[in-house]
Amino acid sequence: MKKTDQKEKSVNTEISDAAGNGLSKSQLESQKEVGVSYSSLVKHQFKKNKLAMISMYIVIVLIVIAITADFLANSKPLYAVYNGETYFPVIKDYFNEIGISKWEPNMININWKELDNQNKLESVLWTPVPYGPSEIDLANNLKSPGGDHYLGTDAIGRDLLAGLIHGSRVSLSVGFVAAGIALLIGIVMGSLAGFYGGKVDLIIMRFVEIMVTLPVFFLIITIVAIYGSSIWYIMAAIGITSWTGDAKLIRGEVLKVRSMEYITAASSIGLPNRQIIFRHVIPNAIAPVLVSGAFAIAGAILTEAALSFLGFGVSATVVTWGSLLNEARGASNAWWLAIFPGMMIFIAVVTYNLIGEGLRDALDPRLRD
Amino acid sequence: MTEYVIRRILLFIPTLIIITMITFLVCRLAPGDPTEMKIGQTQEAQKTDSKNLMNEQAKEFYKKKFGLDKPLYVQYFLWIGNMLQGDFGNSFKDDRPVIDKIFERLPVTISISLLSFLLIYTVAIPIGIYSAARQYSLLDRTTTVILFVLYSLPNFWVATLAIVFLCNVEYLKIFPTAGIRSENFDSLSFIGQVKDRFMHLFLPVTISSLTSFAFLSRQMRSSMLEVIRQDYIRTAKAKGLSERKVVMKHALRNSLIPIITLVGGLLPAMIGGSVIIETIFSIPGIGQLAFQAILDRDYPLIMAELVLASVLTVVGILLVDILYSFVDPRIAFTKKSA
Repeated sequence: MKKTDQKEKSVNTEISDAAGNGLSKSQLESQKEVGVSYSSLVKHQFKKNKLAMISMYIVIVLIVIAITADFLANSKPLYAVYNGETYFPVIKDYFNEIGISKWEPNMININWKELDNQNKLESVLWTPVPYGPSEIDLANNLKSPGGDHYLGTDAIGRDLLAGLIHGSRVSLSVGFVAAGIALLIGIVMGSLAGFYGGKVDLIIMRFVEIMVTLPVFFLIITIVAIYGSSIWYIMAAIGITSWTGDAKLIRGEVLKVRSMEYITAASSIGLPNRQIIFRHVIPNAIAPVLVSGAFAIAGAILTEAALSFLGFGVSATVVTWGSLLNEARGASNAWWLAIFPGMMIFIAVVTYNLIGEGLRDALDPRLRD
Repeated sequence: MTEYVIRRILLFIPTLIIITMITFLVCRLAPGDPTEMKIGQTQEAQKTDSKNLMNEQAKEFYKKKFGLDKPLYVQYFLWIGNMLQGDFGNSFKDDRPVIDKIFERLPVTISISLLSFLLIYTVAIPIGIYSAARQYSLLDRTTTVILFVLYSLPNFWVATLAIVFLCNVEYLKIFPTAGIRSENFDSLSFIGQVKDRFMHLFLPVTISSLTSFAFLSRQMRSSMLEVIRQDYIRTAKAKGLSERKVVMKHALRNSLIPIITLVGGLLPAMIGGSVIIETIFSIPGIGQLAFQAILDRDYPLIMAELVLASVLTVVGILLVDILYSFVDPRIAFTKKSA
């Protein structure tokens, strides 16, 4: 297996070398089917995987939802005309938060919904879901889906759809940042261990062993419970405890790359080790780490959801998928609380897993045709 | 062999020392004085005017009692020293020895783990073998999809769905909601007792097995596929053996090797229990104890559980390495680095 792997790689590099040496266009075209560069070959292979592509689109949609959450579900209207003046409350709120502008004193506690109900607004445009994620409405608690609340409400009357839309922010940001931290630590540790070997390797592998040995989920709960449930602690706790897989992976890759001739060449012309590692070793060893990056995002999203499900989430006031799902346990006839939040967690986890599998298959030379 | 095992054990010593340090520091550097918790409890009992004085006295008393008045490193060495003698300290909450609290929870957790272990190995492995032997058949394709979905399903979601839809008078009430036995358990006949146990354990056991079930099955399939492509399998087929014989006799043994690695991870899981599943189904096992300990900030208990889980994992890893060398003679002890 490994032999064919290297052979294919060397074939590819030969081809790209040839391309670099100024071959005629027709010659290049004839070689296109073989694949001009490694990355375009991988891209092509990934695109053929329908499930992975669908997952990719779903992930993009989720990211867009997370970014535009305030414009999709908000307790304030997007646009309103009141007493002859035009307002853009959602955008104004943004400016408020940044500190560029301020609400007029008489406008701070204005209840747009009441004004709308009393027909005092001359013109108004609400967000698609006219509720904020933590807008409590005790009169309308545990409403089943349909009517004003598309996906129903929870025990204190918060709109479920609004909660799901805003919950995607926490989930995705924890997923990306925690996986990013894990990848960063993993890449640095793994490449150091693989490149230097010997004592450095031994010590770093001890750290890997410690992390593998610790009961990670239990430790994360402990840390979050004791030190406070801030989103940064959660990201850091997940990231710091889940880098070992990446480190082992990249260590193996670096060991492979290290013996390549171009590394010998680089060190023979006197490049410092730091430059060799970051410029020449890591870029050539990084492909499989992308795969584990996708899986790491899925894992981090799952861990965050489990944490808030157990009540150790971001904070009690922030609505997350996990905390919404947890409410289902207390509300005996609210099936919507049991189904929709869990579905979101599942979709997020599955899509990243599918992307990871797609990437892995695309990188696997044995599966190429 | 013995030399190798001893070397591995020696290498694990620094690992375990650092783990105890991490555990100790995480719990001891926590903001808030653990004695405050204790005082809080006492305060409830006696709301007198001399509360402040009482507080101070109580604080001193508990600090002395739990050794919190000594410098940090002394506390650490005391803790380690006691642990090596089998004394994990007393619970902050009810002052009982931590080790007793853990031991009384063990039977429940172990029995659940054994049942799911059985379920996983007797069903998941055959499924993996079958779909590998019939690669790309309809059955293989459907099981692959189902297993992938199972693998990605968050177990706390499945558990919540089960509680809401299968243990709920509003929808279906098939299973009891919580615990491991009914209140009238003792008055039931033997068959009634068995049935009661089954109904209580069915959901926790199946749901806690889901992820590992799917994982193991997928692993088995891919490892079988790898082996089936080998030359000696082709040879076996070429000499006219039946497919059944080729798969069960020649391929199976070698494809089981990677599965052994997974056994190591099962040991800590088996005794550590699942925090999530035990909490959701109110099962009085180790996982729930751990969860409760965190909620109560019961540091001696948290520390004991963290250390025990780590030690079990170490033992698991060691077991796997030794098992590995038994089943695969190609693995040489001397060459293998830790």
